[in-house]
Amino acid sequence: MSWFDKILPPKIKSKGSKKSIPEGLWKKCPACGGVLYCAEIETNLNVCPKCDHHMRIGARRRLDLFLDPEPREEIGANLSPVDSLKFKDSKKYKDRLTDAQKHTKEKDALVVLQGKLEGMPLVACAFEFGFMGGSMGSVVGERFVRAVNTCLNQEIPLVCFSASGGARMQEALMSLMQMAKTSTALTRMGDRRIPYISVLTDPTMGGVSASFAMLGDIIAAEPKALVGFAGPRVIEQTVRETLPEGFQRSEFLLEHGAVDMIIHRRDMRTHIASLLSMLSVTRPAGVELENESDEGEPQPGLSSDI
Amino acid sequence: MNQNYLEFEQSIADLETKIEALRHADQNGNLNIKEEISRLEEKSQKLTESTFGSLTPWQISQVARHPQRPYTLDYIERVFTDFQELHGDRLFADDPAIVGGLARLEGRPVVVIGHQKGRDTREKVLRNFGMPRPEGYRKALRLMRLAERFRLPVLTFIDTPGAYPGVGAEERGQSEAIARNLYVMAGLTTPIISVVIGEGGSGGALAIGVCDNLIMLQYATYSVISPEGCASILWKSADKAPIAAESMGITADRLKRLELIDEIIEEPLGGAHRDVDLTAGRLKDLLSVTVETMSRMPAERLLETRRQRYLNYGRFEEA
Repeated sequence: MSWFDKILPPKIKSKGSKKSIPEGLWKKCPACGGVLYCAEIETNLNVCPKCDHHMRIGARRRLDLFLDPEPREEIGANLSPVDSLKFKDSKKYKDRLTDAQKHTKEKDALVVLQGKLEGMPLVACAFEFGFMGGSMGSVVGERFVRAVNTCLNQEIPLVCFSASGGARMQEALMSLMQMAKTSTALTRMGDRRIPYISVLTDPTMGGVSASFAMLGDIIAAEPKALVGFAGPRVIEQTVRETLPEGFQRSEFLLEHGAVDMIIHRRDMRTHIASLLSMLSVTRPAGVELENESDEGEPQPGLSSDI
Repeated sequence: MNQNYLEFEQSIADLETKIEALRHADQNGNLNIKEEISRLEEKSQKLTESTFGSLTPWQISQVARHPQRPYTLDYIERVFTDFQELHGDRLFADDPAIVGGLARLEGRPVVVIGHQKGRDTREKVLRNFGMPRPEGYRKALRLMRLAERFRLPVLTFIDTPGAYPGVGAEERGQSEAIARNLYVMAGLTTPIISVVIGEGGSGGALAIGVCDNLIMLQYATYSVISPEGCASILWKSADKAPIAAESMGITADRLKRLELIDEIIEEPLGGAHRDVDLTAGRLKDLLSVTVETMSRMPAERLLETRRQRYLNYGRFEEA
């Protein structure tokens, strides 16, 4: 018997009553199990009005909630994944890609948009977790690097919302190398003193967490997001004990000093805008920063400054 | 079953046992037995050649994890002189799963860093089976900065199943430790040369493997996830590890063809453990030449080449 039947007085219960509820109008909160009206979830930024659980949201919706409505320009939309290893497990990688593309309407797991936040120009990228678990392969790596390049060219900050299971196994070692690739790109941001804010959302694991997600000048997290290197199941199998409540959640990371802050989704825009406004160095056109060399070249090897 | 031989080497092991038994019997220098021994030895040699001439990726990954395979300290002892081990990350602890320090390579001072596995049970536990915790990576980072400050080349030896998946490791920021190393290595103004000597296990390997020159021993492997891990996720069964090993392309020759590594060092017949001195000798020769070449490059060009190398990794279609 559904919850609806339970609360109805017996008199009103009729055979036809169930059929009158259209599909997709109601949704259960994955955390508290509360039944929610879909339209209400939408207006509440996909946060449960009852328990404040931050539900996973797609990349486009994430960026839509974050950026000013205008202008928006996509970066790296022309890139699509290839199956260079002819990888096949229970299913061909090629078919997995086609399925994921159909299902998510995205070509790969990272979406990059250039736009504005409270009038401040920036580049924002977000993971599509529905695309093969937000896994990082060559396209994710390349789009991230292009996001960085746009930031470097226009001297504007970068914000990345991560949600990923880690590196994409089907692209094997090439996907591991994306960790080094994205981290390398970020060294240029550091050299040029252009701010990069990383926002960890549920879940951020493995190769993504062990590369650019943990390299933000500021690292924020959404409430109760699962963030870590190894998955809880792997850890449980290794240490053979049950993990403590809240292990690898944002609050745990904050307590252990791994993130700067936890930001509620409704405060995301204002908080990030405030942070960026304090970090962005104002550079009038044509004026070099004092500590930059005469040629205007970035100083390589500021690695010990971080 | 002879523990010194892998499962697929058992017919070689049987022959070797027979030869040993005959040698033992041959106390009086019996001519017939001598002939028999040399005949068997030839047979054993041929069998080894044919077995190792066509190893599958799964068999290679077993050689890479062979219990007698030389580890970082075995190479350090043979390749360098004056090794002074340096300990600790200055923050929390010393992680014995990573060793590092100063040493001389043909007289030239260098910084050496490598994963270290244990040989016997006690040492295996001490070394945590070569799986570093964040403090191991932070020690490595500290030594790399030391190298940069004193303009010494960095040589790293990779041999790990992966970064340790434990509660404490997560509490102390395993992800951050790995990410930080990638970042710093991508900007280090001194040459970095890495050698995969055994298992190149995912992020735990890459965390000391961002480099100017990547060398692999012939029977080493380098992979985004272990064949067992990949099989249990994608095939839902760890028994499919041989297929996963094949699919992922984890061997030196496959990765060379994919242009992900620079050099392969040929191992002695039967694997590096059959002749550690010979393997170490080849390693020393290649390292000396490479360090010499890299050290002559101006720091800025070296760094830019390294950065370009990593920024160019990736295969995709551009419409």
